Amino acid sequence: MKRALLFLPLVLAAIIGVILFWGLSNDPTKLESARIDDPLPSFTLPSLQDPGKFLSQEDLKGKVSLLNVWATWCPSCRVEHPYLLKIAKEYGVPVIGLNYKDERDAAKAWLIKLDDPYTFNIYDEKGKLGLDLGVYGAPETYIVDSQGIVRYRHVGVVDDQVWKKILEPRVKQYSNEG
Amino acid sequence: MKKLILSLCLLLSMSAIADEGADTLEFKSDEQRSQYQRLTEELRCPKCQNQNIADSNAPIAKDLRNEVHRMILEGDNEEQIVDFMVERYGNFVVYKPKFDTTTYLLWLGPACIAMLGLVIVVISARKKRRASDTEGSALSQEEKNQLSNILSEDEK
Repeated sequence: MKRALLFLPLVLAAIIGVILFWGLSNDPTKLESARIDDPLPSFTLPSLQDPGKFLSQEDLKGKVSLLNVWATWCPSCRVEHPYLLKIAKEYGVPVIGLNYKDERDAAKAWLIKLDDPYTFNIYDEKGKLGLDLGVYGAPETYIVDSQGIVRYRHVGVVDDQVWKKILEPRVKQYSNEG
Repeated sequence: MKKLILSLCLLLSMSAIADEGADTLEFKSDEQRSQYQRLTEELRCPKCQNQNIADSNAPIAKDLRNEVHRMILEGDNEEQIVDFMVERYGNFVVYKPKFDTTTYLLWLGPACIAMLGLVIVVISARKKRRASDTEGSALSQEEKNQLSNILSEDEK
């Protein structure tokens, strides 16, 4: 018994070591979203392409979709753009754009030049919906289920790996549930 | 050394730029102004790893400052404003998160570890004392006889 107690410090050190090591592998810039499993915040914002048309959280219901936060001032958004096109075209998953604190004309020109992956675009000029969602940078991509519930948030560029490993399995899962 | 001084100056001037807050904004009372100051110093910028929103130049920090300002003018109290931020950005935005099911380990952990340490110290101190007590009176009658034999042999 006494012998066994001698190993206690070693065991404690090992436990602390594991915790610290786990801390190292965590990316400190990725925050938990406070919105997971909550309904989308309610909003009324104009469409990017059609200023007279207003959109709300109801427009995201019906099918599992990706809500992609983007802006023309965001270089990483340009990097992920071709992949969003692929998701929309090849996999048939609706991608909704949240044009975040951007200039309308620049954003429209971007979509004409680079092609438009989005089913529709919400124009969040002041970043109000972004703030309600807890957006702290672009790009961010949310999985919204058919009931309009936020299920997952990915911060950073969506690429092949992110789609295959993280987003696609979840989109499928929630599509089956819904 | 020169570089160090230069970068220090740069740092200082940057925080001076970021501090657009309480002095330039309009408030209804000095109370509100100090409330704003307190809150922007207490809230942590979600984008930058360890700056409060008063010191940060990040666009998101500016947005949050604006929200704090707006809410103060609308008469929300500090708790309401902090709750508003936590609802959106999670416990990350507060340096002192509320005590709840997700943060109890953070609050109680250090106290538990300190208690554990205290218990270990007390136990080992008691053990030591017991060990030294028994050492002092440890000679049995037989051993005493043996000892006196040895001593008397020496004297011969």
